[in-house]
Amino acid sequence: MESLYLLIPLSVGLVLLILAIFGWALHGGQFEDLEREGARILQADSSGLDVGQGAAAVSAEELKDRVQSAK
Amino acid sequence: MAPSAAMTAAPQSIYSDQSIRLFALAAVLWGVVGMLVGVVIAAQLTWPELNFGIPYISYGRLRPLHTNAVIFAFGGCTLFATSYHVVQRTCQARLFMPKLALFTFIGWQVVILAAAISLPMGYTQGKEYAELEWPIDLLIAVVWVSYAVVFFGTIGMRKVRHIYVANWFFGAFILAVAVLHIVNSAAIPASLWKSYSAYAGVQDAMIQWWYGHNAVGFFLTAGFLGIMYYYIPKQAERPVYSYRLSIVHFWALIFTYMWAGPHHLHYTALPDWAQSIGMIFSLVLLAPSWGGMINGIMTLSGAWHKLRDDPILKFLIVSLSFYGMSTFEGPMMSIKTVNALSHYTDWTVGHVHSGALGWVGMISMGALYHLIPRMYGKTAMYSTRAIETHFWVATVGIVLYIAAMWIAGVMQGLMWRAVNPDGTLVYTFVESVKATFPYYVVRLVGGLLYLSGMLIMAWNVVMTVRSGSAVPTAIPRVAAAHA
Repeated sequence: MESLYLLIPLSVGLVLLILAIFGWALHGGQFEDLEREGARILQADSSGLDVGQGAAAVSAEELKDRVQSAK
Repeated sequence: MAPSAAMTAAPQSIYSDQSIRLFALAAVLWGVVGMLVGVVIAAQLTWPELNFGIPYISYGRLRPLHTNAVIFAFGGCTLFATSYHVVQRTCQARLFMPKLALFTFIGWQVVILAAAISLPMGYTQGKEYAELEWPIDLLIAVVWVSYAVVFFGTIGMRKVRHIYVANWFFGAFILAVAVLHIVNSAAIPASLWKSYSAYAGVQDAMIQWWYGHNAVGFFLTAGFLGIMYYYIPKQAERPVYSYRLSIVHFWALIFTYMWAGPHHLHYTALPDWAQSIGMIFSLVLLAPSWGGMINGIMTLSGAWHKLRDDPILKFLIVSLSFYGMSTFEGPMMSIKTVNALSHYTDWTVGHVHSGALGWVGMISMGALYHLIPRMYGKTAMYSTRAIETHFWVATVGIVLYIAAMWIAGVMQGLMWRAVNPDGTLVYTFVESVKATFPYYVVRLVGGLLYLSGMLIMAWNVVMTVRSGSAVPTAIPRVAAAHA
């Protein structure tokens, strides 16, 4: 089963990478105050369009400026 | 609001939605095409005369065209559209390198067109879900790396410190598919349209099904779970039932997924112990899968009435029940004794389609019904009644399809293994084919219904886009609390 000489090291490498990313997430504060993070995607949706989360919407004139500068 | 005045002039102040619109519309188009090819080959299995003796439309060439079209064209475009949407909205950041995102759109469509031409012409590497020849494989790799740059670049530019769980699922899907594609597609080109796998015999089979099952796990599961964790809360206007559980779901799933592949090779030349490992990992997967399913469905806890009134939520929630069903059925079928009956029968086809039509198809449709109007300055599709009709037509279609395949599969398995007291077979193979005929007709009817639903969706999307316009969306000012 020579293919396992490729697949097993690859899996071990991936698990180590996943562990490293998990460690970063754990110590980087990704898992603090989880329930609030779950609710955040629903905030500031008064227009019904998905402008974003937890932030104020933007006025019509300001939007026009932004579109101009994005071009 | 004064401090943000300087920010308003920055080009990063509106979302980059053009690639999302293109991918979302392409997903609907390819959905129609892929499902139409599916109906054609279902008809060919029922009445083989429909091959008409023309090699280009024979079953063996159209079948990979069908799987590639629905998985990579319909499913792939849906994943591109939704991931570009979710990553921007949850990170409150404009796409990193929007032009590269447009390149991923053009590149991916070229891949799809190349598949639509080369597969009917008979060019194939003969690996399931990885049939495309090496020049197309190279283009896929380039597009995929660009996708990763855009996606992770946007994560890097995020204005919200916390990375929402849907992005974790999308990120794992992008990374894993890159690794799977590169390892499995390694081949030695013999000419422009012919290559030989870098692996041989049972080694090749092991690599192929390591790829094949992880393609199911990461392309068709992790990616669409990313969709589930954003669009179900948005459509239900409630946070996910347990955000904590969604994090556990993610890490448990990606730590355990990689070794389920050998269950595709039960009772083959693959060593027994490798088969058993595949079976054990498949059984372990039941736990994170059902945790995620329950988490998604329970998001509606206390608001079940929404399910009665909102057909988009019906799509999203019913897709999860099919996810639960097929993630129960899968581990059961990976048990060797069950597999001895089910393998090579139409039960497998039924299992795949309860996952593909029920889970992947319906979650995609629900997410696109949520996404498309919002990309065209509206809050709802042109016709809500058409969504409701689509839902019921599709659901009846799936039930007919998978029930027919279950019965056909178990019947075939039992006929093939039946032996007379003297050890000879009770049935010839062709007798099992003949007995399957009525179930193939029912399957065709189910497929036709599902395709009709998709056509209703296409009409609804055209009407929505025609009555709306592509309005830019401003990135909101980041609230001070998490600036």
